[in-house]
Amino acid sequence: MVATTAPARVEAPAGRSLWADAWRRLRRNRMAVGAGVYIAVMLVFCVVGPWIAAAVGGLDATTQDIDHGAQGPSWRHWFGTDPLGRDMLVRTMMGGRLALIVAFTATAVALVVGVTWGSTAGFVGGRTDEAMMRVVDVLYGFPVVVFVIVLMSVLQTKSLVVLFALIGAINWMTMARIVRGQVMSLRHREFVEAARALGAGPGRIVARHLIPNTLGPIIVYATLQLPHVMLTEAFLSFLGLGVQAPEASWGTLVAEGAEKMVVYPWLLIGPAVVMASTIFALNFLGDGLRDALDPQTRKD
Amino acid sequence: MIRLIVGRLAMGVVVLWAVATVSFFALRAAPGGPFDEERAAPPEVMRNIEERYHLNEPVLVQYGRFLAGVARFDFGHSMKRQQTVGEIIRNHAPYSARLGVFALTIAITLGVLLGVLAAHRQNRLGDHAAMTISLIGISVPSFVLGPVLIMVFALGLFWLPPARAEGFSSYILPAATLGLIYMGTIARLTRSGMLETLRQDYIRTARAKGVSERAVVWKHGLRLGLIPVVTYLGPATAGLISGSFVVEKVFQIPGLGYSFVASIQDRDYPVLTGVLVFYATFLVLLNLAVDIAYGVIDPRIRDKR
Repeated sequence: MVATTAPARVEAPAGRSLWADAWRRLRRNRMAVGAGVYIAVMLVFCVVGPWIAAAVGGLDATTQDIDHGAQGPSWRHWFGTDPLGRDMLVRTMMGGRLALIVAFTATAVALVVGVTWGSTAGFVGGRTDEAMMRVVDVLYGFPVVVFVIVLMSVLQTKSLVVLFALIGAINWMTMARIVRGQVMSLRHREFVEAARALGAGPGRIVARHLIPNTLGPIIVYATLQLPHVMLTEAFLSFLGLGVQAPEASWGTLVAEGAEKMVVYPWLLIGPAVVMASTIFALNFLGDGLRDALDPQTRKD
Repeated sequence: MIRLIVGRLAMGVVVLWAVATVSFFALRAAPGGPFDEERAAPPEVMRNIEERYHLNEPVLVQYGRFLAGVARFDFGHSMKRQQTVGEIIRNHAPYSARLGVFALTIAITLGVLLGVLAAHRQNRLGDHAAMTISLIGISVPSFVLGPVLIMVFALGLFWLPPARAEGFSSYILPAATLGLIYMGTIARLTRSGMLETLRQDYIRTARAKGVSERAVVWKHGLRLGLIPVVTYLGPATAGLISGSFVVEKVFQIPGLGYSFVASIQDRDYPVLTGVLVFYATFLVLLNLAVDIAYGVIDPRIRDKR
């Protein structure tokens, strides 16, 4: 199977057409395109939204409008206000900024660790490979989140950097497995031999020749990792271990809303709908990218 | 097969040792301790407390004592509650076990049904509907799903109790909350496994022999198509354990997860390390069972090993 489909990825002219091909396939997938557009809208909503709200309505995430605390949606406050009188729409936008920063940074951490681990194991092979993949297997079947919970609480840290690093550090295993598989199937191919004959060292072969040829799956799984990381952050925030007040992410907003949903349902509905739909869209886009970029697992 | 089991068990012991050691030292290296109070206790009291829990000994002696205990599955006394760690696990684990088994049953039953349906009606309406349902299951965090289910089925329709673990009916909502996330993943794994399997030669042979479509899908196809799902059982159970922290909190179930989270706030070292080792032991055994199950499901794997 590998032998019949892979050459198209390797030779330079055909390699370009892989991306063109993938782009064409992706555009035909209406759900994936819709999801992509939705994510772009969400990015604008979170990044630009707070400025617009400040310019047009004079709203921000921290000003307390005590006279209008805990009120339902209105023309002035589209998502309502929280019990302290803060505008929920702007809080949701600001929470989105933080949630997206966490998601992208932690995914980047997972990406670097996973790609390095997987490509080393796959390229070196033999006993090293076996030992490295054994570690992945063990971590895979283990509730690593539990360790993060314990670490976050005993360290008593409010540092976001630690949060990014920890969430990233527990999510790299799938990426390592995928990259290893790809590298193993590629490492004996002629273009690798050619590079070696030209005097390229192992580091250069992996970084310049093997990893670029596994970019497709890497992009796909990075996209699918984003929603997963967002959910992990939300999970930690619900337990009071993630993003700390006065900062708020979607996770903390939704967790707060879930507590007060019986009395003030809009505290939950706004952030929860925005967060769940973004996660939903990211999953859809990831699936679409997989169908487009990774014809082997495509749902033909 | 026997070599595989022995090898895995040896590996499991190493894993348990690593878990015990890492949690032992990580907890002690962290700032703050279980007996920090707003007002410091008199020195004599502190001395007594430290003596009782052997905290006055050098760390390495404590570590040796701890490892000897772990080997006998004895984690000592809780530092906050008048119970041994063994008692805490025995009292609280059954609630979590019932919740987990029920949740996993829901996840596997519905997930496999949805996945087979999707594979069978590939790229048609049923497929898209099943995959959308499973994506929703994956995308909605359990601390949102839980309260929403409570609002609808307990406070709105009065069908089910909103919280607490009293009788079978009170487990339905929490188990559904916990299980639906994994239902989504299992449905997707079943679908891709079935699609792969239904293309194989032996399926064509079965069809050519005139085996009914139902038997082809549910008997011949499902057997191999389920392998990705079996592989996923280890990670799924690991996820159920961390998921139980949230669900037990939302539904006020006195399970082990609830206890564990409380112990984190109390910095109750013996309980934390004890429960971690307990979880790890359980998962090591489960993953071993999964490895054995491969051989039972697919004779080709058995022969290769």
